[in-house]
Amino acid sequence: MTRKILKGAISALALAMVAGAASAEVGDTLQINGELDIAVEAPAPAHMADTGITTIYSGWVFRDPDTQAMQMDDFDNPGMLYVDQGAETWATPAGTSNKSCADCHGDASESMAGLRADYPKWNEGAGEVRTLQMQINACRTEQQGAEAFNYGKAQINAMEAFISMQSRGLPVNVAIDGPVQATWEQGKELYYTRFGQLELSCANCHEQNYDNYIRSDHMSQGQTNGFPVYRLKDTVLTSAAGRFVGCVRDTRAETFKVDSPEFVALELYVASRGNGLMVEGVSVRH
Amino acid sequence: MADNVTPRVRVPKDATAGESILIKTLISHIMESGQRKDADGNLIPRSIINRFTADFNGENVIDVTMEPAISTNPYFEFQSLVNESGTFTFTWFDDDGSVYTDTKDIAVA
Repeated sequence: MTRKILKGAISALALAMVAGAASAEVGDTLQINGELDIAVEAPAPAHMADTGITTIYSGWVFRDPDTQAMQMDDFDNPGMLYVDQGAETWATPAGTSNKSCADCHGDASESMAGLRADYPKWNEGAGEVRTLQMQINACRTEQQGAEAFNYGKAQINAMEAFISMQSRGLPVNVAIDGPVQATWEQGKELYYTRFGQLELSCANCHEQNYDNYIRSDHMSQGQTNGFPVYRLKDTVLTSAAGRFVGCVRDTRAETFKVDSPEFVALELYVASRGNGLMVEGVSVRH
Repeated sequence: MADNVTPRVRVPKDATAGESILIKTLISHIMESGQRKDADGNLIPRSIINRFTADFNGENVIDVTMEPAISTNPYFEFQSLVNESGTFTFTWFDDDGSVYTDTKDIAVA
């Protein structure tokens, strides 16, 4: 982003004046391929009333103009390479059933539309909260008779990216009550728990200090609406849980495993903090 | 042998004669430098795209020698003058001898 987001009502007024005076520039609106407008901010969901955050922002807002531009054109977005891989996997028969995803689900642009926006969510049959990746693997093992993908690896992230693309531009809308409530509460507790030698909770950075700098890094709100993301420093796709591992490690703690129940709960809670932001399909971050 | 190598190119479908058009190319490739070691301390063999060329109606537009320091999924963006309708041919040369090509037609009015 080209300027800091200013907090508070007075500065919001000042911001409006600045925005009125200057022409639109990179950093203001996320438009993909010159046609699809993605809202990068939204009013905070009701459950965040006591956090002091009134507006939620996509992580895209906090990135450098160059990084932002990469996401504004699918040709320049390296994450699209993985979307293509996911599409290939979608159409390739696997396992003892020798069926592909497409054999049951048909055209992904119809059958998978909106899915990414609702996950993680409750699975009645299994009696558990499932992330999108868990659902993909459940399909692999139970329906296809194939081996589960390894969590945290390229294949499942690519599959998630492909499915996520079918919900691009739809608002995140995960349920936080009913059967998922206990898991959501657990996620919330984790969010506010300090970990590691640095004794940092998620909230210390992403709630209390977003829009400030941690060394050279412009701190975001830690929203997951853009996941999976292509991280320029890793040159691979990263899932939300994969990012959690990195974050917890950076507090100098022993992290939970990428497929641990703790991170499932945290993924649900963090996703719910982004209710209202748009699914970006596959995003680019540094 | 590098896996999942897919070239992709964006060229405008049409242009006016004498116009300078913007071309974007990307090829997914691991671009292993040959400097890194695996977990057992053995050198991971070099595997890169070592040359990239673009031709328009048989005439060379750009010819790039590529070195091991270039990162994964090399991306080139360049401009070309077009005076007539024709075909762009893009060619990538892999260390393992593979050659990947892609072509795009452009109509010039």
